[in-house]
Amino acid sequence: MFESPGISYATLWPVLLVLAVACAGVVVEAFAPRAARFNTQVSLALAGLVAALAGTVAVGAGSALGASTGEGALVIDGPGVFSQGLVLLVSLGGVALFAERRLDNGVSAFAGQAAALPGTSAERTASQRGLEHTEVYPLMMFAVGGMMLFCISGDLLMLFVALEVLSLPLYLLTGLARRRRLLSQEAALKYFLLGAFSSGIFLYGLALVYGFAGSMSLADIGEVAAEEGSGPLLLLGIGLMAVGLLFKTGAVPFHSWTPDVYQGAPTPVTAWMSAATKIAAFAAMLRLFYVAFGTEGDIWRPAIGVVAVLTMLLGASFAIVQTDVKRMLGYSAVAHTGFLLTGLLGVQTDAFGSTQAVLFYLTAYGFATLGAFAIVSLVRGPNGEVGSLDRWAGLGRTNPWVAATFAVFLLSMAGLPLTAGFIGKWGVFAAALGAGQWPVVVVAIGSSIIAIFFYVRVIMLMFFTDPREDVATVSTPSYATTVVIALSALATVVLGVIPGPVLSLLVDAGGFIG
Amino acid sequence: MTLLVLVPFAGALITAVMPARPKLWAFGFAIATLVVGLVTMFTAPDTDLVWMEPLGVHWALEMDGFGKLMVLLTVALVPITMVAAVKDHDKRWYAWALALEAFALLTFLAADLFVFYIAFEATLIPAYFMIGQHGGPHRARAALKFLMFQLGGGLVLLGALIGFFVVSSDAGSPSYLISDLAQLDIGTTAQRWIFVAMFIAFAVKAPLFPVHTWLADTTEQATTPTSVLLVCVLDKIGTFGMIRLCLGLVPEASAWATPVVVVLALISIVYGAVLAIGQDDLLRLIGLTSLSHFGLITLGIFAATREGLVGAILYMVNHGVATAAMFLIAGFLISRKGTASISSMRGLEKATPVLAGTFLVAGLATAGLPGLSQFVSEIMVLISAFDYHWLVGVIAVTAIVLAAIYVLWAYQRIFTGPAQLSRRPVSDLDRREVGVLVPLLVALLLFGFVPGPLISAAQPVVAPLVDVIQAGE
Repeated sequence: MFESPGISYATLWPVLLVLAVACAGVVVEAFAPRAARFNTQVSLALAGLVAALAGTVAVGAGSALGASTGEGALVIDGPGVFSQGLVLLVSLGGVALFAERRLDNGVSAFAGQAAALPGTSAERTASQRGLEHTEVYPLMMFAVGGMMLFCISGDLLMLFVALEVLSLPLYLLTGLARRRRLLSQEAALKYFLLGAFSSGIFLYGLALVYGFAGSMSLADIGEVAAEEGSGPLLLLGIGLMAVGLLFKTGAVPFHSWTPDVYQGAPTPVTAWMSAATKIAAFAAMLRLFYVAFGTEGDIWRPAIGVVAVLTMLLGASFAIVQTDVKRMLGYSAVAHTGFLLTGLLGVQTDAFGSTQAVLFYLTAYGFATLGAFAIVSLVRGPNGEVGSLDRWAGLGRTNPWVAATFAVFLLSMAGLPLTAGFIGKWGVFAAALGAGQWPVVVVAIGSSIIAIFFYVRVIMLMFFTDPREDVATVSTPSYATTVVIALSALATVVLGVIPGPVLSLLVDAGGFIG
Repeated sequence: MTLLVLVPFAGALITAVMPARPKLWAFGFAIATLVVGLVTMFTAPDTDLVWMEPLGVHWALEMDGFGKLMVLLTVALVPITMVAAVKDHDKRWYAWALALEAFALLTFLAADLFVFYIAFEATLIPAYFMIGQHGGPHRARAALKFLMFQLGGGLVLLGALIGFFVVSSDAGSPSYLISDLAQLDIGTTAQRWIFVAMFIAFAVKAPLFPVHTWLADTTEQATTPTSVLLVCVLDKIGTFGMIRLCLGLVPEASAWATPVVVVLALISIVYGAVLAIGQDDLLRLIGLTSLSHFGLITLGIFAATREGLVGAILYMVNHGVATAAMFLIAGFLISRKGTASISSMRGLEKATPVLAGTFLVAGLATAGLPGLSQFVSEIMVLISAFDYHWLVGVIAVTAIVLAAIYVLWAYQRIFTGPAQLSRRPVSDLDRREVGVLVPLLVALLLFGFVPGPLISAAQPVVAPLVDVIQAGE
């Protein structure tokens, strides 16, 4: 007799709400008149995210924490709920950036009509009529729902479904840039093809792990592995599943999409995606490796260590030679993945361990990257955004406030004290060193020095170089973008000066449970 | 005691936004810091508040004799430098200078390693902007080089910082209080790694051979008031850290590394002095003399006798005063001639006797002339060098000879000889400039003849360190 699984709606409603808002967005798209769509979609998305955030906070503070629901398919534990909240926070910022219409003569950063071929009269007509895609909001909400599920997936199937739900909208959103559309479409295609392959590989690994353990549940897999020891099926499965997740986080050697997609995607998408995807992917990765493969640490730690070393070195070195600010930040994102992987090498403890370190790093990085890309979207020339770093020279003289805020984000990414990035870096290095992984930490320190060079070079360019004739100008954004940038900068500084409350919150949240 | 850090920091913020007379405000805050510094030196109790509980970080500040000397040097030099800088620096410089002062004071006061580290790194941001915004044509490059060296050193220190956390949390609950860390029983290997990391960071800061190359470039491109704050205040954090953290926390590893450190110090002493002799750029010359002096200070620290350490601490104060005077005088000279090239100056002593006289006094103090301040500390360091090994002493003594050469030869080239025929007559020091130099020169004489108070301030700090090291041997 088949029994229906018990589902605890009290703890799951934030996720369900986000998905419901996404569906409602599709309905709005179909029935609301064109003029009303933008406002309806934006307010729907914002309201949904705020309500979901409130719900997540309530769940996190409530007594249901530490339970699993849906026959173990979803696990409501401290780290999972924390990363959900973080995803929602940066997504709120993301919606605000998506809705920015003041920078480009009253239209958003998305293509007027995605189906119109670049350079055709159809495209011109769409531009002239001021069309815009309001579908981006439901797409984004689907992705957010997928990310939230990814953070709390307790079994393999849910993990895969969540991965697909979050990935597919991202592929689409990447290809929707209003300007430089060929670049954007190329990036989307590249992202999609590579992403599809990596999903396939992930699924293959998943099947092998199921074959080994005879169960989909991460907790069961952990128990079976502990009882029976590892076998070739499990090892192969771990390896293939790691490939899928490492692809999403942009780790070497699966990073090649990162700079292209970061550059090609509309900047608001890049801002939101770079923060949110990384949070969700690392939350899932931590859970998978600690809960399901926790006993196999001797096997995956060296492998992840090698990947971390390569990722840090390659990301930092390639970022140095970039001339485009979005590509530079893309390679820097690769380097940050390496630092996060360094944190993954540690162990879960009751006090300040690996989980806490990685989640704090994600918090710090999330705000810094959101704010940094938001500023990138403000720096413009006659033909849209100016990516070329040469034309950023002297920005510190023409627009001291914008340049100074950008410098704050860069310094946080570089890990200077009194910014959130420093505590984050300290944490992941401490977690890895505590587990005896000193060679990786040595490389991480070396890579940090390399990374500082390209961050500081941008600051030098902005403040100490004379402006060129075609220096980029800074457009005045709407309040939404200003608020996002200001709050991100504030969070970056406050988390650097008084990280205590968030750190305590993370320690209280405890570790991942099965 | 927190107030001593907050006053200059608030001053920096206020100066940055003040529309009218920002420099006067900055100067007012610098004076206020001086007053607060003097008052806290005698009255304020130590501070200890929990800052980041999971990491064991405390906002803990205390001031022992060594700290007092460094605080005194800092709070006194900043207002003097500000007066010297008034003509060719805008309000950004003043705001950064106050921020630099706040963080430098924090490093000298910190009783928690994490706080020390944060302040240690945070000083770099104001310093970077001070170099980058005022100075010679290649200042952006110099600022970048400075920052890369310093941040590189800082990240290596981060390794030591994390190492302490790991050891400390293995031993129970994590704590970064320096007093707690000193109680830890650290394994030999871990201790050596931690020492190496800390020493690299402090050697970059101080600087020592072979990580000194940023120094001359920076002093050449930066304006002289910036150089004063960098070399006379900021670089002291390097040698301060060697005493406080290397000797204080990992004494056995320090004893283990002493031979290597002594060799590096000797190379710095001789190499810095020889390079200084060959310089044509006056600012590079002064920068390189500091390399030689920092070599001597390091030698005194690691020879680890009572005289050596007291001498090193005194040396840090005296070098700060003497080199500040040298830089400022050089700055006044350069503002008159429009160039720092020694070969384009000659015969200036007739036109500018006061300038020439002050240069000679400050220069001779640098060279360790008896009666001027640096002599006492130099002798103490040299005694300890001979105690360590006679050969080390012999090599270190050459510093005195070489110093006499670079000071006197520079004086001879700049100030003696036939006067230049110039379209623009060179004026002597004005009242503001004399006012800047008088307190420094008085301090040089005073500390030269009455070193007692300094020695008695340093003694109690040194005694336990020497005991621990000698017990270890």
